[in-house]
Amino acid sequence: MSAALFYALGAVAVISALGVVTMRHPIRCALSLALSLLSLAGIYLLSGAEFIAAIQVIVYAGAVMVLFLFVIMLLNLGRELRAAVRSPLLMYTGIALGLIFLVEGVLLLSMGVPSGVVGVTGPVPSTETMGRLLFGDYLLAFEAASLLLLVGIVGAVALLRREGEE
Amino acid sequence: METLLWIVLFAPAAGAALNGFFGARLGKGPVSWIACGAVGVSFVASAGAVYQLAMLPAAARSFQTVLYDWIGAGELATEIGLLLDPISAVMILVVSGVSAAIHIYSTGYMADDKRFALYFTYLNLFVFCMLLLVLSNNFLLFFVGWEGVGLCSYLLIGFWFEKATAADAGKKAFIVNRIGDFGFLLAIMAIFAAFGTLQFDKVFAAAPTTLVMGGGLAMAITLLLFMGATGKSAQIPLYTWLPDAMEGPTPVSALIHAATMVTAGVYMVVRCHVLFELAPTTMAVVAGVGVATAVFAASIALVQNDIKRVLAYSTISQLGYMFLACGVGAYAAGMFHLMTHAFFKALLFLGAGSVMHALSGELDMRNMGGLKKYMPYTYWTFLAGALALSGVFPLSGFFSKDEILWHALEGGNVLHWAIGVGGALMTAFYVFRLFFLAFHGSPRSKAHPHESPMNMTAPLVFLAVLSVGGGLLGLPWPEGGGVIQKFLAPAVGGGHGSAHVVVETAGGETSALGHQGTEAVEQHAGEVKWQSEGEHAADSAGHGIEHGGAGREGEHGVAQQEVEHGGEKPAGEPAGEHAAEHGGMDEAAEHAAGHGGEAPFSEPVAMVISLAVALAGITTAWRIYLAAPEISTKIRSSLHRIHKVLFNKYYVDEIYDNTVVKPVIGGARGLWHGIDEPVIDGGVNGLAKIVALGSGVLSWVQTGKVQLYALSILLGAIGIAAYYLLR
Amino acid sequence: MVSLEQYLILSLLLFAIGAAGVIVRRNALIMLMSVEIMLNSVNLALVAFSRLLHSGEGEAFVFFVIAMAAVEVAVGLGIVVLVFRNRRTVDAEDLCTLKG
Repeated sequence: MSAALFYALGAVAVISALGVVTMRHPIRCALSLALSLLSLAGIYLLSGAEFIAAIQVIVYAGAVMVLFLFVIMLLNLGRELRAAVRSPLLMYTGIALGLIFLVEGVLLLSMGVPSGVVGVTGPVPSTETMGRLLFGDYLLAFEAASLLLLVGIVGAVALLRREGEE
Repeated sequence: METLLWIVLFAPAAGAALNGFFGARLGKGPVSWIACGAVGVSFVASAGAVYQLAMLPAAARSFQTVLYDWIGAGELATEIGLLLDPISAVMILVVSGVSAAIHIYSTGYMADDKRFALYFTYLNLFVFCMLLLVLSNNFLLFFVGWEGVGLCSYLLIGFWFEKATAADAGKKAFIVNRIGDFGFLLAIMAIFAAFGTLQFDKVFAAAPTTLVMGGGLAMAITLLLFMGATGKSAQIPLYTWLPDAMEGPTPVSALIHAATMVTAGVYMVVRCHVLFELAPTTMAVVAGVGVATAVFAASIALVQNDIKRVLAYSTISQLGYMFLACGVGAYAAGMFHLMTHAFFKALLFLGAGSVMHALSGELDMRNMGGLKKYMPYTYWTFLAGALALSGVFPLSGFFSKDEILWHALEGGNVLHWAIGVGGALMTAFYVFRLFFLAFHGSPRSKAHPHESPMNMTAPLVFLAVLSVGGGLLGLPWPEGGGVIQKFLAPAVGGGHGSAHVVVETAGGETSALGHQGTEAVEQHAGEVKWQSEGEHAADSAGHGIEHGGAGREGEHGVAQQEVEHGGEKPAGEPAGEHAAEHGGMDEAAEHAAGHGGEAPFSEPVAMVISLAVALAGITTAWRIYLAAPEISTKIRSSLHRIHKVLFNKYYVDEIYDNTVVKPVIGGARGLWHGIDEPVIDGGVNGLAKIVALGSGVLSWVQTGKVQLYALSILLGAIGIAAYYLLR
Repeated sequence: MVSLEQYLILSLLLFAIGAAGVIVRRNALIMLMSVEIMLNSVNLALVAFSRLLHSGEGEAFVFFVIAMAAVEVAVGLGIVVLVFRNRRTVDAEDLCTLKG
């Protein structure tokens, strides 16, 4: 049962990712992306990483996608014109390389991967254990991350301040 | 004596430094006093040092002192050291004395020059370098002085460098000298390679054992040394710079190109006579070149119109005589002639300068004339110099030149003697041609001549006195030899012609010379010398004979003893009351060994011939230029082809220009365009171009498009993955 | 039961799609979205390993990745807006003043 769910969610994630990359209108791409993120959240739940799933939904699908949508609307971007492609070579090269990468990765995987089942088995880290980890072993990283967040905020505000405004 | 020597050397250096740094600020007066004073101090110190040297017993007349060890690199150990022996003693007296006179003269001659202080700086610097050359005790320091005088010569010839001819003449002098110096340097290197040291005393002591008599190495070294001498002393083929050097101020011509620098080559040959005696071929070359130059230059001087040119060629010619003397082994005669020549040639040049000064720089003799009544001092002193140069009895030139010719003759070199006599005839002719044209006849110049001021005439008088009386120093007859020859004998030995093998029983510091004699001979002879200074001349003579090997040598040795004692009779047979120095010694040897020199006639006869020749030359000049001037034009037109060749100096300058100078310049230009530009410049520029090209190609990667960069990142990731795949 | 390989293949697939997307699409915003896809694929792999090994560290890593991704998007979008203000375009092919 979980396997089927996994395949289904996986398919949705892949298809919507393809949609992000192929669709013309930015809004449509953004919405595809949101779908992909949500399906990934589902997979996380499936594998027992509840905390991460929650964060994925709240932060990624919630805040980041909203941000994207805001900017798209702010810039009032319309459809991308197919005729404006100036370098089809680049396009084909990109696709080719992606495929090559994929193939390579699969080959690498076939060389040996630790066996095991990824599932809900075993202890599931609750929020409490996550909290202990974050505020215990990884406290420095945590604080650094918060500092980085602050920097990012200040940077974004500083970047976009218009001249003459206070 | 040590301090005196250092004073001799460094007084002019101090003068040069003072005038060089502060001369521009001091007035002409202080500058003159510093310069002349420096040289004067040097002269007085030289006199003192030589006096002290003369007080030493004859065999011990050699004194060395070291300032500090200069180079100590492996085997090469040279020092800054001075050597005072009879040879250098004569030289320092001549150099400092004549220099002092010329310095005083220059204060008058250069009084109007705007670079007065610089002139005296250079002049003092020159004296310093010349004294360094003469006093040094090793080849390297000698070479330093050698180069130093070359430098000062360049500076002084080109003193009026605003004139293009003067600047060119300076360059020519330096470059031609350099060619000779090349040979000299090779000789120094060869000496070091053969002997392992450059100190004079060590080299000369080791020479008989290290070098094979008549062998290739000895010949090579001496030929190379002689090459240096031809450059510095203006012999064939490196003489061409000296006539051009007349572009410099006249006192410079007098000092450098008559009395001192050009004699450095002669000094060098005399100093290295030990080496030369081991190479009879080179001695023949030296004698041949000397006599050929003597006549060659004299012939050119016959027809020149420029007063200084005549004197320049005369200098070249007289230097040829000095080399002739060295070539036949009569080193003391050569030095004697060097000394007298310094006196009268400097006198003649200064006199010419006085004439030029009076006629506002006129150089052409055809525009002079009738100066006798305007310039009495100059007239009479010039006459004295001219008579001395012509070799008229009893002036100094007679004794010195005659001695050289006599030694050539009695060494069996009759051809050299004959050519030398021919040269003497020409010498008398051209110098009196000059004299009559300049001082007699009707005045042809438009200027108003006046006698020169006293600071110019006083040196003239001083030098005239020396020219007249200098012969007293080398009279061949009284009391067993002239003063100077006896003084020099310990250092140069009683040299005879290389045609003869002679045992040089020289004592003193330097040589255990010897030709084929064994070392033992010399040593014994040397010891003998020591003893005989005071005592048993008989024993010593006996020893000399015993160890002398062949009887001839022994007798020579004995005769040598005689010389040392100045006539003290050794117990052995030898000799005559005439132990006249070399000439006398020869006669003594003649008496003693009965073999005599191979001269076809005796010395007095030769003297008479020389005198007759000189007088003939003078009277011919008188007839042609004074009594009947139209003869000269007649001769010139009938011999005009010869005249043309002589007047154009045998076209030697043109020959050199076309055979040497132009090919060298052409070759250099070819190398420049052919190799330097395309290969070296091309290589360096090409490298830069390649780099620029490469970077141009590489800059294609920077398109500014982010996607391309992302592409390349992905490409890299794929590459790494592929690496892991394929491992 | 889902094995590790399947998670990893899914992760690879998503990564390849994201990479191709960055190179192929010209719109800067969509390029950023493709980068997000790549980041998510990495998160997936991390979670898979974390669940395999039953340690919480992988998930802590993912926590930080998400936080950083958020910051990066914020600043990146800010830059895109700024570029749009100055050049009226967000087409990557037009933004090549660093050429050469």
